[in-house]
Amino acid sequence: MREISLAEAVAELVRDGDSVALEGFTHLIPVAAAHEIIRQRRRDLTLIRMTPDLIYDQLIGMGCARKLVFSWGGNPGVGSLHRFRDAIEHGYPHPLEIEEHSHAGMANRYVAGASGLPFAVLRGYLGTDLAKVTPTIRTVTCPFTGEELAAVPALNPDVAIVHAQQADRRGNVAFWGITGVQKEVVLAAKRALVTVEEIVDEIEPHHGQVVLPSIAVDAVVKAERGAYPSYAHGYYDRDNAFYREWDAISRDRDTFATWMREHVG
Amino acid sequence: MTATTDEIMTVAAARELRDGVLCFVGIGLPSAAANLARATHAPNCTLIYESGTIGAKPTRLPLSIGDGELADTADALVSVPEIFNYWLQAGRVDVGFLGAAQIDRFGNLNTTVVGDYADPKVRLPGAGGAPEIAASAKEVIMVLRHNTRAFVERLSFVTSVVKGPRVVLTDLGVLRPDETGELVLVAVHPNVTVEQAKAATGWDLRVAAEVAVTEPPTEKELSVLRALHAA
Repeated sequence: MREISLAEAVAELVRDGDSVALEGFTHLIPVAAAHEIIRQRRRDLTLIRMTPDLIYDQLIGMGCARKLVFSWGGNPGVGSLHRFRDAIEHGYPHPLEIEEHSHAGMANRYVAGASGLPFAVLRGYLGTDLAKVTPTIRTVTCPFTGEELAAVPALNPDVAIVHAQQADRRGNVAFWGITGVQKEVVLAAKRALVTVEEIVDEIEPHHGQVVLPSIAVDAVVKAERGAYPSYAHGYYDRDNAFYREWDAISRDRDTFATWMREHVG
Repeated sequence: MTATTDEIMTVAAARELRDGVLCFVGIGLPSAAANLARATHAPNCTLIYESGTIGAKPTRLPLSIGDGELADTADALVSVPEIFNYWLQAGRVDVGFLGAAQIDRFGNLNTTVVGDYADPKVRLPGAGGAPEIAASAKEVIMVLRHNTRAFVERLSFVTSVVKGPRVVLTDLGVLRPDETGELVLVAVHPNVTVEQAKAATGWDLRVAAEVAVTEPPTEKELSVLRALHAA
């Protein structure tokens, strides 16, 4: 495995104008990588993520995003993502185009992307207004039963970024606990960057573990506590207190800008 | 112990969950009610969170749908595509337990925007798992605070449409659909009047011929709920 820093990996793999999916469903959110993207002042990104969470609030607030593809944009258990809201409600720091789905739709779009299929089929969005505002929700008729089903196009991001607990020295990656859509997003993307808590000689076996072979990823970088204030199962807990504090930090434009300057750079 | 209106609502919602069912749980009030049910009258119900935790048994209420304790205590951990496709879409879920920002007279839910979609007054988080939970669960329990901002004549946006049987628990009472699907006030909580419930509803709320009064929370229900919150 190539020795490479997070800064080098982001510089090489994430370009202005790219579609970028940083995934991790509450658990293992790639926060360190998101901060590196902010420090490198990437612009015009199409940000893709089921639950934008604090990291996309930060990327949007710092002006990195042109468009957001998502399914649930809140601060879990706390309330709003204020930078996300400010962008949509007031166009600050600049207008944000949105493409919004349900979780089931997003998950299936990644599955189609990983499978090399043009679209996914699901029994979803029934009777909702989502199809009226999201052109990437259509219907298809089952050729066998005649049932009308929802169809959503595959997601194939330019770059996928995920965080995992361990990688071995050959670049095989292991994560466990809540594993979300990380396998799917990595296999759906054109390029993949993985940050890990630890690089080990031998990956430890764990209940429910997912292993991505090294051939599936372009770069593996050690980033200790790289998911904080999200968590890495077996390493550190989710900092629920910080998620609550984020509400006040992010509510005001200047407080947010000061916090970002002091903590991210 | 004197119960708050939120506690009465949560206890009433918990009582709707029958023992032994497979329940898909939303975060916040639904999660509090489902865990209260599991800790009291429904010890054999299986709780699913959309993060992929099946059979989660948290001892304290999680802040998010993916807190570590949900994974630690789950019978099985599966991916997000698997939870939505193999479990929810395939029809294995008995009960969906949902909250919302707005509800209409048929129990349709809005969690997307208040105001115009293109230029919203308030941008809400969005759909998450709700549209497919509402449509695929065999029945749906909804829990939300009762006021005219939430109980509206017309939703700004239809995020989720409930297909099957449903019940709505509020901090004022209990609403169930009649044969046309319209929600009817069937019970009020202790010290709440029918007039209060009507005044807190943004449409002309229909009222059952006989309106029951909710049994107040028991000492046990209250102490278990408070312990879940305090842990």
